[in-house]
Amino acid sequence: MNEMVRAAGVNKVFGTFAALKDVSLAVSRGEVTCIIGPSGSGKSTFLRCVNQLERPDSGAIVIDGELIGYRRAQQHLLELADKEIARQRLMTGMVFQRFNLFAHLTALQNVMLGPIKVQGRPRREVEKEAVTLLERVGLADKRFNYPSELSGGQQQRVAIARALAIQPKLLLFDEPTSALDPELVGEVLNVMRDLARSGMTMIVVTHELAFAREVADHVVFMDQGAIVERGAPGAILVDPQHPRTQNFIKAVLK
Amino acid sequence: MAADRVDRRKGAIYGDEILEISALPTIRRRHYGRVVGVALIVVAVAFIAKAFSEGQIEWKVVGQFFTAPAILFGLLNTIWMTLCAMTLGIVLGVIFAIMYMSPNPVISRCAIAYIWFFRGTPLLLQLLLWFNLALVFPTISIPGLFEARMVDVMTPFVATLLGLGLNQGAYTAEVVRGGILSVDTGQVEASKSIGMTPLATLFHIVLPQAMRVIVPPVGNEVISMVKLTSIASVIGYSEVLRNSQDVYYANGRVIELLIVTACWYLAVVTVLQIGQHFLERYFSKGYSRRNGVPAPAASA
Ligand SMILES: Nc1ncnc2c1ncn2[C@@H]1O[C@H](COP(=O)(O)OP(=O)(O)OP(=O)(O)O)[C@@H](O)[C@H]1O
Ligand SMILES: [Mg+2]
Repeated sequence: MNEMVRAAGVNKVFGTFAALKDVSLAVSRGEVTCIIGPSGSGKSTFLRCVNQLERPDSGAIVIDGELIGYRRAQQHLLELADKEIARQRLMTGMVFQRFNLFAHLTALQNVMLGPIKVQGRPRREVEKEAVTLLERVGLADKRFNYPSELSGGQQQRVAIARALAIQPKLLLFDEPTSALDPELVGEVLNVMRDLARSGMTMIVVTHELAFAREVADHVVFMDQGAIVERGAPGAILVDPQHPRTQNFIKAVLK
Repeated sequence: MAADRVDRRKGAIYGDEILEISALPTIRRRHYGRVVGVALIVVAVAFIAKAFSEGQIEWKVVGQFFTAPAILFGLLNTIWMTLCAMTLGIVLGVIFAIMYMSPNPVISRCAIAYIWFFRGTPLLLQLLLWFNLALVFPTISIPGLFEARMVDVMTPFVATLLGLGLNQGAYTAEVVRGGILSVDTGQVEASKSIGMTPLATLFHIVLPQAMRVIVPPVGNEVISMVKLTSIASVIGYSEVLRNSQDVYYANGRVIELLIVTACWYLAVVTVLQIGQHFLERYFSKGYSRRNGVPAPAASA
């Protein structure tokens, strides 16, 4: 089976506001899917559903063959326990817009926390791996620094290393560069580009159209909680069919 | 160019005059208010010192009773009670803070009721209630396991511990809740995203960060608690103040013994303050200002 993620008919309502309307999406193993769309269109909400930070009101999400959040019992779906949900979250790594590095831990400790406390792996082995990961994002020399001592771009790269440390099958990025000063965007995109080349399956919410064009296998355009258009980056970004997509891309490129 | 201005203000400085001025020596102004203040303080201190040296205080007695067994035993009881009551208070505080924040209304209201009751009644009254519990419940029992007379269970120590600990728990709950609220929700989401359960998130991420906010007010409360234990004397717990009273009832050296006791309280509080300083430093790691002194490289 070559499908890493599949979402079918996902709906999410906040109060009376429908944030996701019947969203269906499939991502193959090793593929990069970029989600673009205007503010409030439900991009973050969708990623958060995949990582179970939000619970969809209806619909199903399957990651690598495993139903997320529920267990099937004949004709019912039974909600999973906290422990099971935590275990399922190990399949996905998440990188947040605001980095969310643990403020009381050093860069190295941030990366090591999951493997040690959650996966219960031996500290020696984890530390070696963590240093390698930090090297990979170019920050081995900053491993004893606290997040408050790092620049935004450096923090985001540590956050990527932290997400990788739990050896996820899938990486989720929620606008990883939009909280960064323009000159720091490049260093983070470079790391993401390397990850994509290494065969990591990724879903990336981004406003960096050039990056999407270069790295994505598929681009999805969302608006008002629904997927409006999807296709190859060349098609969606250069020659969009739907007027809403055309308007959005015109506005971003301006 | 300034010369042709008719309305040249008196004393105004124009042109190269500033060069001449800049070479002049400066004389700092006198802070007469401070000088007077210092003088007043010196006089007051001298006055107090003189009064004490001439007053009816036998300083030798003070020295003599400083390490008297009754006083040291009382001091030990005071410290022990502070430790026990504060531990109970902090444990209850954390539990009730978490209950307070529960989405389940029954659980959160239960915490609110607890805080309401124990903050809303005088501590002395609570102590007396616990101590006299035998009037309501003459025996205490867990059917089939254990049975005892309440007066035997509710010793001065137990009554004081319950009174101080439960009361402290109500205050600490609010402090802990404030600390938890100060932690960004992004920290919780990041923790979940690496597979931590809610409980692990609480202990590895939320509480350690909340400590930075919790430690200063709790430190304050520990210091209050040291002194608060003295009200346990009304139900016969032999803490340091009560023991010193027992001594001066016997020998009449009231002031001397009160001075001894005050010195001991100050000594304990001083040690606690130093401890608090180091605790605060420990829990503020990671919060140095950017561009500040980088944290020393920890040996891995
Ligand atoms: N917890 C919440 N409670 C109520 N409304 C919410 C909540 N989370 C999201 N929403 C609403 O859902 C809609 C979609 O939000 P979402 O964060 O997914 O948008 P987005 O596409 O990520 O936008 P942006 O590009 O600004 O990040 C928004 O209108 C938002 O106000
Ligand atoms: Mg968003």
